[in-house]
Amino acid sequence: MNDVLEAIRTALPQAIVELVNNPGPSAQHSLLVGRKDARAVAEFLRDSLGFDFCSNVSGVDWPPRKVKETVLNTEMVDGVEKEIKTTVERDVPGYLEAVYHLYSIRNKTGPVTLRVRTGDRDADVSVHSLTPVWKSADFQEREAFDLFGIRFDGHPDLRRILMWEEFADHPMRKDYMAPDDFEYEPTPHDKILAKVKARTEAA
Amino acid sequence: MLDEDLRSDLQKRGIFVASFEDLYNWGRKSSLWPLQFGLACCAIEMIATAAARFDMARFGAEVFRPSPRQADLMIIAGTVTKKMAPLVVRLYNQMAEPKYVIAMGACAISGGPFKEGYNVLKGIDRYIPVDVAIPGCPPRPEALLEGLIKLQKKIEGQRLFGPNRARHADTRDAADYPVPSYGAHDLEPPMNPAVFKPEPSRREAE
Repeated sequence: MNDVLEAIRTALPQAIVELVNNPGPSAQHSLLVGRKDARAVAEFLRDSLGFDFCSNVSGVDWPPRKVKETVLNTEMVDGVEKEIKTTVERDVPGYLEAVYHLYSIRNKTGPVTLRVRTGDRDADVSVHSLTPVWKSADFQEREAFDLFGIRFDGHPDLRRILMWEEFADHPMRKDYMAPDDFEYEPTPHDKILAKVKARTEAA
Repeated sequence: MLDEDLRSDLQKRGIFVASFEDLYNWGRKSSLWPLQFGLACCAIEMIATAAARFDMARFGAEVFRPSPRQADLMIIAGTVTKKMAPLVVRLYNQMAEPKYVIAMGACAISGGPFKEGYNVLKGIDRYIPVDVAIPGCPPRPEALLEGLIKLQKKIEGQRLFGPNRARHADTRDAADYPVPSYGAHDLEPPMNPAVFKPEPSRREAE
């Protein structure tokens, strides 16, 4: 992954590419590519590094979240310098992410994981489509558009693929609420029981 | 009705006596033509049932019709997604009376393993009347045959005249079931209250 990153940085010095480390045991690190540079980076990966196969496109929803960080501060307490740990909460705004998994059939290497992020989750949800680079991304970008609401600019046929055209929501987003048509149960329990109680109280 | 003793007595003398109703129902139950369509993995079991090993032809139901106009029986074989549900209801409406529905497998009955999902209809009985429900995931071909025999028993007992006559003999009942439309969040309406009448839940009634 590092040599791929180096190659991109040498060839496209103006492109924003970051390495996102995966601390887990799988250690599948990925490349976070700037939104405007995705197309150029993708073409470079295909034409120069031989990544000729895009096996998978998926969406990820990142709702706004709080990140806790511990910061070390040196403070003067009673004339003595002390290091004090403070926990700082930082708000991270939400965004959507399109993830591409690339392989090279020719060089027998891969996967290289590309991540492209949108600006936010409501209005600024466009990224460049990579379907003109890899044909196989076509249906999967449509799926990410359907279920997550990521708009792929330059996609030849961006329509919903699983849900119907009139559908307004994006079901795989974390804040999606399924319609309240819960199944009849003779003795409801857990979540269904809570819903039944709420319904009877409202009626 | 004909006296049973008299009937068997006549039969011993070589005279077969039957009511028009019995003859009519016997004819219908022995040539049920299913509509040829499958929705998911249950359809594979349905195909196996129709093929040589299990041979649904023994029960007179081997002629899978590719047109709803020629079919008597709709086997809902598989998961009914919300996108597919209006088409299934429309096909049912296009079938000529008398018509019957077998809900095959957990998905067709209740949504099955997908019932907490966003895109699967929680049972086709929300829109059309179901005559026989076959549990299983998927049900084996034997189970489908058992369901078919159950349906034949039901047809045998249907009355053509009188106050308890079957739906297809009752001209007062409108045969068309409303086809749901695609809404912004769900199918509209989410169920047909004229068809879908679950018992109130026990805890709700308490």
